[in-house]
Amino acid sequence: MNNDGTKARRGRKRAQNEVRLIFPSHSVNESYARSAAAVFVSQINPTLTELSDIKCAVSEAVTNCIVHGYRDTLGTIYITMRLYENREFRIEIKDKGCGIPNITEAMQPLYTTDKENERSGMGFTIMENFMDSLKVSSGKSGTKVVMSKKLAPLPTVIK
Amino acid sequence: MKTKTCGVTIHCKNDRMECVIGGDIDHHSARSIRMKIDEELYRIRPRVLMLDLSGVEFMDSSGLGLILGRFSKASEIGAECILQNPNEQVTKILDVAGIGRLIRIERKKENV
Repeated sequence: MNNDGTKARRGRKRAQNEVRLIFPSHSVNESYARSAAAVFVSQINPTLTELSDIKCAVSEAVTNCIVHGYRDTLGTIYITMRLYENREFRIEIKDKGCGIPNITEAMQPLYTTDKENERSGMGFTIMENFMDSLKVSSGKSGTKVVMSKKLAPLPTVIK
Repeated sequence: MKTKTCGVTIHCKNDRMECVIGGDIDHHSARSIRMKIDEELYRIRPRVLMLDLSGVEFMDSSGLGLILGRFSKASEIGAECILQNPNEQVTKILDVAGIGRLIRIERKKENV
């Protein structure tokens, strides 16, 4: 795996809090996943915009696992969310589905393999726009999306 | 005439078909909203298709697919498609996709 960068970073920074979710790829779980992410981030007081950006990015990634990774099958989706002391939120969303043959092509705005079901092809573009970083790795054993967003500092309260 | 299902309420006035969508639009909920709107769209064949988004609290790219799909279906039958009152989160997504260049977006004054 080409996660050397991630590993080195993990060694330096210890997560303040961490949550793992494992659930089947039923489409009804899309709303569960984004709400769970929202509740997890809420503990460090995000702004409303940050919260809705994160919800949307998570919704896109999970929908990709369901619609593309596991297409006509039912599989398992693995999410790990972490919060760091510098108010950074990191989320890893993984499936063991069919994988993406060409990631660069898949990440192009409006690119979709599923026109029939009115997929807009904007999923990765939204993830890129709404988060600070997006990393996609994919192979025969599935696809992993890692996203992070550093939240704005809390306003200082003057007493 | 008034029809209600989960997520969308459809009203018809003269040549206008107004779809008031509520709740979250994601891949899961888009399917039933799409079916309901299309069924009425082909039955009524309006001149104007209004998609009222004021009750939509959350939308992801599946919502873009839903809107673009209704826009092209409306165009097929010669109807104009108009979006109404998207909230801030929905507006942000519409902007990322540049929907405003394709479809008219109307906002109520108090929402500005």
